[in-house]
Amino acid sequence: MTRAKIVGVGAYAPKHILTNAELAKLVETTDEWIVQRTGIRERHVADDSEATSDLAVRAAQQALERANLGPEEVDFIVVGTTTPDMVFPTTANFVQHKLGARRAGSVDVLAACTGSIYSLSIGSQYIQSGKYRTVLCIGAETLSRITDFTDRGTCVLLADGAGAVVLQAAEDGAGVLDADLYSDGKYWEYLYQPAGGSRHPATAETVAGRLHYAKMKGNEVFKVAVRMFGDCAATILERNGFRAADLDLFIPHQANLRIIEAAVKRLGLPMERVLVNVDRYGNTGAASVYVALEEAWALGRIAPGDLLLLAAFGGGFTWGAALVRW
Amino acid sequence: MAKPVEERVKEIICEQLGVEEDDIDPGKKFIEDLGADSLDTVELVMAFEEEFDLEIPDEDAEKIVTVGDAIQYIKDNQ
Repeated sequence: MTRAKIVGVGAYAPKHILTNAELAKLVETTDEWIVQRTGIRERHVADDSEATSDLAVRAAQQALERANLGPEEVDFIVVGTTTPDMVFPTTANFVQHKLGARRAGSVDVLAACTGSIYSLSIGSQYIQSGKYRTVLCIGAETLSRITDFTDRGTCVLLADGAGAVVLQAAEDGAGVLDADLYSDGKYWEYLYQPAGGSRHPATAETVAGRLHYAKMKGNEVFKVAVRMFGDCAATILERNGFRAADLDLFIPHQANLRIIEAAVKRLGLPMERVLVNVDRYGNTGAASVYVALEEAWALGRIAPGDLLLLAAFGGGFTWGAALVRW
Repeated sequence: MAKPVEERVKEIICEQLGVEEDDIDPGKKFIEDLGADSLDTVELVMAFEEEFDLEIPDEDAEKIVTVGDAIQYIKDNQ
């Protein structure tokens, strides 16, 4: 059976690090408050010269190098992002051009923080169907650009970064075993950016009203996210004949340590088998699962044959999970 | 027969907040007296929702400040 195997991983975090102590100078908060409620200690923030595609290209180049592949071998590029370079063309288009992936079609996927799982699912379908041989799946964000640094509820969470995986067809049993995608638009008001789209195009009023920044109802997001994590993880495990105890590593979306801990408790998994790096990266949206996967790989926490569960949730709401045999 | 609401609420609070049953009485406030932070109270509300098959909207949850508030809300909405 042909599966989409992850043959290369890459990640990139902008150089500038924003600490909790620095945030405490901008809004009324403390390092202790942020750490206790989010687990986040610092996060990376892009400088003025960097847009989302610049981060995406760095992660993609690393993934391709590690896969020993050149950009001209890429057939298709899927970029999950909530913060594209421009409204159009797509960020994937900029990535395609900057990489020199001359043969590749490209598309953006907007599934907010679930962009990693959505892009992985879409990419793996093209491999499994036999249509493409090499697909680049990327999650990249500059969430700092839609962050209101006067809103202490969101500015301590959101961050910038990019991660990428190269998928190729394999017959050795390794690869994406299954991926489930979900959405429910009734939760849209829990996490969204009001202006800049066709509902509220940019005007002097939308700018003055700070409507181009992400808005979040934190408590509601927490509740729904914990349940979604648990439900989608249990569903994909059961359908594929696994139990939580079979997992070698769980790589959740890095939104908030408290959400991860609450979800992991429901799954009945020890924290030793969960990759956590939210403390150093904050919430990098569609990038976070890929960034965490790259870290797990670089640290040697993944061995051939390992069973991984990836899961994410985000604005929309969107959520999803993927099972991967390494 | 099912255990009374008071007892089930106490058990959930002990489990979620890691406090002893003797420390809990209806007048105790979750945040000031039982050491909960804002996310602990969200998890507590989730546990109540699941135990008693309820949906507690955020605007109602904000008014549940004490152990007694929780017991009363659950009794009123069951």
